[in-house]
This record gives sequence, C-alpha cells and structure tokens, in this order.
Amino acid sequence: MTIALSVKDLRKVYGNDFEALKGISFDVQQGDFFALLGPNGAGKSTTLGIVSSLVNKTSGKVEVFGFDLEKDKAEAKRSLGVVPQEFNFNMFEKVGDIVRTQAGYYGIPVAVAAQRAEFYLKKLGLWDKRDDRAQMLSGGMKRRLMIARALVHEPKLLILDEPTAGVDIELRRSMWAFLQEINEAGTTIILTTHYLEEAESLCRNIAIIDHGSIVHNTSIKSLLQQLTTETFILDVRPDQVSSVVIDGYSVQLDDPHTLVVQVNKGQGLNDLFSQLESQKIEVTSMRNKSNRLEELFVSMVEKNLEKKEV
Amino acid sequence: MSNQELWIAFSTIVRKEIRRFTRIWAQTLLPPAITMTLYFIIFGNLIGSRIGEMGGFNYMEFIVPGLIMMSVITNSYGNVVSSFFSTKFQRNIEELLVSPTPNWVILSGYVLGGVSRGLAVGFIVTLLSLFFTKLQVHSFGVTVATVLMTSILFSLGGFINAVFANSFDDISIIPTFILTPLTYLGGVFYSIQLLPDFWQGVSQLNPILYMVNTFRYGILGVSDINVGFAFTVIVLFNVVLFLVALKLLDMGKGIRQ
Repeated sequence: MTIALSVKDLRKVYGNDFEALKGISFDVQQGDFFALLGPNGAGKSTTLGIVSSLVNKTSGKVEVFGFDLEKDKAEAKRSLGVVPQEFNFNMFEKVGDIVRTQAGYYGIPVAVAAQRAEFYLKKLGLWDKRDDRAQMLSGGMKRRLMIARALVHEPKLLILDEPTAGVDIELRRSMWAFLQEINEAGTTIILTTHYLEEAESLCRNIAIIDHGSIVHNTSIKSLLQQLTTETFILDVRPDQVSSVVIDGYSVQLDDPHTLVVQVNKGQGLNDLFSQLESQKIEVTSMRNKSNRLEELFVSMVEKNLEKKEV
Repeated sequence: MSNQELWIAFSTIVRKEIRRFTRIWAQTLLPPAITMTLYFIIFGNLIGSRIGEMGGFNYMEFIVPGLIMMSVITNSYGNVVSSFFSTKFQRNIEELLVSPTPNWVILSGYVLGGVSRGLAVGFIVTLLSLFFTKLQVHSFGVTVATVLMTSILFSLGGFINAVFANSFDDISIIPTFILTPLTYLGGVFYSIQLLPDFWQGVSQLNPILYMVNTFRYGILGVSDINVGFAFTVIVLFNVVLFLVALKLLDMGKGIRQ
C-alpha cells in the first residue's frame, strides 16, 4: 500500500533550546483518516508545521507520497493541502479571490481555477458569499473557506489542524460529513483535534504525541480495546433514590436521580439492569460519562506525565 | 513546476499586488499626486521663478525629473514593504509557503507589484507635471531603463525591510530616517555643482544621486555624474539586493520558525 506521509526521526529544537520534537516517526497510509492527538504544547502543530513547510525542521525526513520534502519540494507540496488552526487569509480580500489566488500559486490556469473555486465554494455553502470580503464571514464560514482554499488544487493528502475549533455542533457535524465524503473519494486526511469524539467517529488510525514523542501509534479500534472500564450515566426513576448497591458493579449516586456506573471490560449490562429492576429502579436514559477515547487519552497522558515526574 | 505553471504563479502574485494597491487607491495613488502637485506649485512656480536657471534649465524643468523619480522610489519601496509585511503579519504568507511556488518567483512577483505601483505613480506625476512645464525627452531608452531599474531596486529594498520588520514601526523607520533624507539630498531640488567640493564628494556616496541624475539625463540631457557609471552602480545594487532577498526567503527569515 502507498504511504501518503512518512515522517522519520523528526526533530525540532526552537531558538530558546526548547526541544519540541524528539525524533518522532510515523507513517500514514494512502486513503487513511488519521488522527494526531496530544495535549497543548505536545508537538502536534510543530509536526504539521514542518510537513506543511511552515516550520524549519532541525533534523529528520518527511516524504509526501514518496516525494522528499527537501529534494522534491514542488511535487511534495503539490500533493498536500493544509487547513491551519488559525485564520491566515487576507481579511480584506473577497472570498472568491482568496480561493482562485491559491489555485494560481499551484500553477492552475485561471479558467480551471474559477471552475474549481465555484465547485468547492458551492460544496461548502459559501458560493453566495463569493463577492464578500473575508472579514464579513462568521467564524464557521471562515473555517469552511480555509477548507475550500486547501482543496482547490485537489491534493491527495489533506491536513487539518483543529478544523472544528469554535464551530457549533450542527456545523461541526456537516463538516464531518463533508470530510468523510472526500476521504471516501480517495483523499487521505490527517486531523488534529481537541474534540476526541471527533477523532473517534472519523478516524481509523491514531498517533498520540506528548512532550515531543509519540506515545501511541495504532488503530483507534485496538486503542479502544485497551480500555479496562467504561463509565455510564443512568437517569433513573423514582426521582428520589437514596442509596443503591449493585453487586459486581461500582455505583455512585451523583444526585437522587442520577447513577454513575463503572462497567469493567467484558462485563455485560444485563445483570446491571436486572438488579436495578429488582430494586424497582427504572432507567429512563443512559449515556457514556465521556467519550471512550477521551478517557483513554487522559489516562495515557497522565501516565506519561507520571513517568516523566519519576 | 513547468514554465507555464511558474508563469501562472508569478502572474497570480502580480495581479494580487496590483489588486491591492488599486483597491486602496486613496492611500496609494492619490497622496503622491497631491503632494507632487504642491511641490510643482510651491517649489516650481512660486519659489522657482525667483531662483532662475539650474543646470541650464528653468527651475521647474530641472526639478520635474527629480520629483518623478522621488515618487517612483518612495512608492516602489512603500508598496512592497507594506504589502509583504502585512502578508507576514496576517500570516497569509503561509498561502504561498505551502504552495510549490519557488522563492525566486515569490520575490519576483512582489518586486513587479512594487514596480507596477512605482510606475503608475510615476506616470500620474508625469501627467501632472505637463500642467506646469513642457517635458522633453532627451533619451527615451535611458529614461525608461533608469526608472525601471530604480523601481526594481527600491522594491527589493522594501522587501528586505519587510523581512526584518517585526512591527509596523519597523516599516516606517527606514523610509523616514534613511530614504527621505537621501532622496532630498540626492539632487532632486539642486545640482550638486552648487555645493562646495567636500560636500560634492560626500553627495557622491548617496546612491539616489545616481538614479536621479541618470533619469534627469534621460529627460533633459544633463547630469552631475557619469551616466555609464551610474547605470553600473544601479545594476550592481539590483543584483546584490536580489540575491540577499532570495537568501533571506530561502532561510525563512521572519516567516518560518
């Protein structure tokens, strides 16, 4: 299988001697939807910055679809589309001009650039705004503009650095659907996000980076198998439950009508419901306390921190 | 990138630059037109009529080439320094850095943007000068070559200034404290023949003197300095500044961490 992105022994030391990346290596396969996760300051943006040619590396090697970012710069860059974390377009330019200009930087003829700009702006619901200055757009529209701009040269690999930060849930979900659509059409996607629910529902593989090192690089599926417990929140009736004891489960009464239950890996839920029923407690709704990946992520980062402190 | 793609990338940058300065014409094209009209009225007409001849021409005829050149210099420099610094400041330089456009194309695009504004303003000022004096052209070739080379030189200077600038203050320091004094002392308003020998020698260290005088030679046919030598100096400066600016871009100075 073709490797879309290959990062080998990538190291970055900033001017103040801060070592942001300590020789990380990972591969992203063609067609993958890959998540690069980590706490703030872990090195995610530095990694993506180097891959996007916005940050100079200290050492190491980056290849995009087999093209070395140093030796075959033009080919490597042509394969890559970048949606940065912060708005970085000229706020005084018109929406249509921003997308068409970006196409020009890739050597795309004016007529083709115009067609593609129309296609992606329509696809992202911005066509009506094509003659508006970028500063007039809402936050969500600005994010979509950056996606349209990154896609106008039709890259094989799309990098998104927190694309849904500050975007409302409805728009976030429509962006997810769009990203899934272009991934299914063949575009490899690398995503960083603080919404772990986003990574869990979109991505197939994941690398977790912390303090400049990769602490995990595996599939989301196998990562989730490492979860030893899962926490559920149960809304119950009657509203005034005073105490509950369920054999085999750790149960906590958050308030008189909310139970927090920890379920171990491999343990079923049927027994839990039978015991609740025998105690005349009716479950009206049930949900995860937090997203599963989030629990795992927090525990991994905490473990890594403990190791460092030792 | 193929030659056709390079051309598209280059023309995209130039179009974007021209779109920028024409969009804000009230800040870029109008002020020099007003300032230079005032110069023509006050220095050329009111004061000039009392000064008499300078270099064998009436004072208005003498200062017109210098004032055109002054407009070209300040506008070429000002366009690139403010445009490239804004691009850096708003981080939309990243649009270019992620693309396959080579650095020499980026630099050439910004320089031609600066040249376009410099020449546009130079043309406006030339048209305005026709209201005050008859403009003869002694050598069309020398006139065009000088104005073009000078405009390129100061566009490159503006680019280098923008690369090093960290704040909006930094982009006004060089124009205010270096460019303006050198322009005023570069023979725009007087012939250096009027100066004592010592100050004539000092004036010859001022590169703008060579540009103003070569341009004046192209229009009036008179110059305080050797035109061939002046051309060599301008071309040499252009080559050196282009290489310096390109090296800074390759290093990512001020634009890449």
